[in-house]
Amino acid sequence: MTNLLLGLRAIPQIEYHRPTKLREALRLLSKYKESYKIVAGGTDLMPAARRSTASLPRHTHVIDIGSIKELNYITMDDSIVRIGAATKISEIEISPVIRKHIPILADAASQLGSIQIRNLGTIGGNLCNASPAADTAPPLLVLDAKVNLKGINGQRLVPLTEFFTGPGGTILVPGEILTEVQIPITEPTAGSCFIKLGRRNAFTLSIVCVATLVKVKDGVFDDVRIALGAVAPTPIRATKAEEYLTGEGVSEPAIDEGAKVAASEVAPIDDVRASAEYRRDMSYVLTKGAISASVQQAGGKCSN
Amino acid sequence: MKVPIETKVNNKTYKLEVEARFTLLDILREELKIKSVHRGCEHGECGACTVLLSGKPVCSCLVLAPQVDGAEITTVEGLLKDKELHPLMMAFIENHAIQCGYCTPGVIMMAYYLLNNRPEFTDEELRKGIAGNLCRCTGYVHIIRAIKAAKEYKDSGNWW
Repeated sequence: MTNLLLGLRAIPQIEYHRPTKLREALRLLSKYKESYKIVAGGTDLMPAARRSTASLPRHTHVIDIGSIKELNYITMDDSIVRIGAATKISEIEISPVIRKHIPILADAASQLGSIQIRNLGTIGGNLCNASPAADTAPPLLVLDAKVNLKGINGQRLVPLTEFFTGPGGTILVPGEILTEVQIPITEPTAGSCFIKLGRRNAFTLSIVCVATLVKVKDGVFDDVRIALGAVAPTPIRATKAEEYLTGEGVSEPAIDEGAKVAASEVAPIDDVRASAEYRRDMSYVLTKGAISASVQQAGGKCSN
Repeated sequence: MKVPIETKVNNKTYKLEVEARFTLLDILREELKIKSVHRGCEHGECGACTVLLSGKPVCSCLVLAPQVDGAEITTVEGLLKDKELHPLMMAFIENHAIQCGYCTPGVIMMAYYLLNNRPEFTDEELRKGIAGNLCRCTGYVHIIRAIKAAKEYKDSGNWW
């Protein structure tokens, strides 16, 4: 077969490895420290490799972790849900454990890409690709999720808030792999909501997406968590808005003001999907809607 | 670099030596000459290359050939029964759900999956279900009509 048959956007020559054990994968990573790419679903790597040779230089060692069973699971113990990094987005979407205990993650998963993409893409890939618009990030951020990063010489458990460093950037060092996402389960009295705004109703990248989690006690915001995607170099927590709302009486004006504070915390850019101005406005609108919906779910009532 | 793989395509087992950088799409089209699997955007956006990988629809342009070692693949050819068209294909013909035909094999594989895995669906759910299959003739109304007609075939037992 020649390149002619494969079209102009053929994938360059690669050295392919398909470890079946995590230890084997970690050994490969430490061996090819300077020139490897980890692949699982391929939904980000393959288009990137076709767009630019810089994304996948010739003879890169491609380490395929998609068939490592130790990285593919959803379990619950005590009060933590654990998701293996190579778990498909489509499995998260339908998992009874996730639908019951962390519905906003199931919501975000069900709106990510198309069915074809969700059947290939993984949660680890969505996080490690570190797109500011990664849809699983805002729900995981409000849930105070942690990620386990493993290298041949050890592992570290890091809050997701510290994982992203910029568009496409994470704190992963060469030889390290994200193995697990840990999500503490919040008490059932908390209300939560995920809203995604794209240019289409389905199979679309986020212009803005927001996740919120709210606990209400005696008509007062007891705990408020807000995360936004696609409006800053990384997915972010709107900590000032959270601080503003916590301790406030639950009311429409308070929610409105809280959403305004959240919109002041974003740092969006103009791009092909939307202008920065629109993103900032929508950060306010969606945050307001998501907090209101969360309050309702938490059994709280708004006083006017 | 060449990688040996064993894979079942439309119920037939193949032992192949594949170039690691080739995709499932490349192997199906150029090696096995299954030309129903269409090369479209090659970025997972258009769905023209949709096939079932172990029963689930995926974009074959995003899957590296060595990744299908041990997997089962189904294309529209796999839906035929002794060269007889599948009721789903008949529904597409009867409802004029084919214009230029480029998206059709991918749409049919997605529709086959949706019909077999979701007992009931609303129009909106159906539209969202086929969101990953672009029809640049914009013939969606007829495609939706055909899938709903196929559901009636399925519910009345005319199905395999």
